[in-house]
Amino acid sequence: MTLPLRLRKVLVLSPPLIWVVLFMFVPYTILFVFSFWEQVYPTFAPAFQLGNYQTLISDPQYLRTLLRTIKIAGLVSLFSLLLAYPYAYFLVHKVRHPALRQTLYMAVVAPLWVSYLLRAYTWKTILGTEGILNSFLVSTGILSEPSSIFLYNQTSMIVTLTYVFIPFMVMPIYAALEKIPRNLLEASADLGMGRTATFVKVTLPLSMSGVVAGFTMTFCLAFGDFIAAYLVGGPDGMMISNVIATQFGASLNWPLGSALALVMLLIVLAIISVSDRFERLGKGTFA
Amino acid sequence: MSLAAAPSQVRTAPRARLSKRIRKAADATVWIGIATLILTFLYTPIVVLVAFSFNSSRSLSWPMTGLTLDWYRKLAENDQLITAVQNSVYVAVSATALTLLIGVPAALALDRLDFPGKGVFRKLVLLPIALPGIITGISMLILFRLLGFGLSLETVIIGHATALLAVVVTQVFARLQRLPHSLDEASADLGASGLQTFFLVTLPNIRTAVIGAGILSFTLSFDEIPVTFFLTGRDNTLPMYIWSTMRRGLTPEINAVGALIVAASILLILISVLLQRERTGQGR
Repeated sequence: MTLPLRLRKVLVLSPPLIWVVLFMFVPYTILFVFSFWEQVYPTFAPAFQLGNYQTLISDPQYLRTLLRTIKIAGLVSLFSLLLAYPYAYFLVHKVRHPALRQTLYMAVVAPLWVSYLLRAYTWKTILGTEGILNSFLVSTGILSEPSSIFLYNQTSMIVTLTYVFIPFMVMPIYAALEKIPRNLLEASADLGMGRTATFVKVTLPLSMSGVVAGFTMTFCLAFGDFIAAYLVGGPDGMMISNVIATQFGASLNWPLGSALALVMLLIVLAIISVSDRFERLGKGTFA
Repeated sequence: MSLAAAPSQVRTAPRARLSKRIRKAADATVWIGIATLILTFLYTPIVVLVAFSFNSSRSLSWPMTGLTLDWYRKLAENDQLITAVQNSVYVAVSATALTLLIGVPAALALDRLDFPGKGVFRKLVLLPIALPGIITGISMLILFRLLGFGLSLETVIIGHATALLAVVVTQVFARLQRLPHSLDEASADLGASGLQTFFLVTLPNIRTAVIGAGILSFTLSFDEIPVTFFLTGRDNTLPMYIWSTMRRGLTPEINAVGALIVAASILLILISVLLQRERTGQGR
């Protein structure tokens, strides 16, 4: 009793297709529609007006928060890159023992399995005024009294988010470095290039796809984060997601929140498509 | 000339070798320094988290006052926490089952089938990998509100299954791509039906990828906040419970929960490493 191919196709395809349409396509469409509705406190009403978008443009706090979020996410990606690249390079080119290399790689990826919330929380206990860093510095005499400069600012946001998301930078860079054929480096050396020149002209360009993938991932994750800001951000470290969450919570302005979410969605999509193009470009030069 | 040159060559050779060895040692020191720096950055907070779960005083400050298991004893008596853990297990198991049931056919369809709209389908399925969880959360919140559904653990399960679909699809799809299509054809030539081929040929070959994806989505669901934040009703999952406790104040009790989660994570990592080893043992 073999089912006709067409029927089999429908059977395989329909559960995921129905799910994706019902829980992804429809909600995103509704989000779009909702961004044109208007708030009629304490609820909201169907409408077609651009008031929410006008608010986003005219009220400077939204643009300011958006720019701050981009800045924080950019710096998080940058610092992750500066730490992750040398580490991945070290693993691929300097650690000769495969088992040791595997262990050191796992050591960086393993923290992803430990609760994200708790990893962010630890930084709060470390950086706080009565926290571990302060009490340590006071007890060793480096500080005479606890300082409040460690927590509730953009620096603490950047430290925490870099800590939380750095594995997403190490993974693609490691994969890209590992894929570079060793004989290319030997050929470069044979042709008289020094180690620095080989790195700049061969290794770095060929690992760019990993760098772009890692940067995209880290940036998008940091860009959309709203838990770290509640824990270690303070008013100066609030992100765009926190503003969205407020619209859906205390402010009860879902239409404005939807408009903000849509702006965020567009930014993320733009970043993904730019990075796709980059990666394809990188592959093109190699092939 | 040649006689005079010879001894000087003999003398410079070891010196060059020595300086090369020094450079190599310096090189190694720099690299080990960088690696140590990063590992210290990654593990100090985890060590701090676990260490302070044994701190005898209530405050989380240096130095630790003494060792105690009181915080763990408190956890065992904390009914709200135990309920939250049970809720999280229920949510994570259901979301994982759902996401596998939808994700494996989705991966199959992406790998083996051609259908109109395949490009859009792939983009939508994979989107949540880079899409901030908050967007999934609020768009589903609006959907449920318009449909008139009350928020509950079940709405959380639907949210998690949707957000984790991308994880399952990428993992299973990667394995399917390395599986030769000729196996399917051979199975069909031998008279097996499509279902038989799937259960007797395809599934055994992608088994470890499916299990790996399942473990990963269980872990991610167990830890999920952004989607849960918007879709949960009165019931708390474990992260939401920890979250609400944190906002009331920091105590070593949270660290004790954290230490237990670290222990559970180590266990899961070991399992997935073993799975990976089995995979390489199979030669694929």
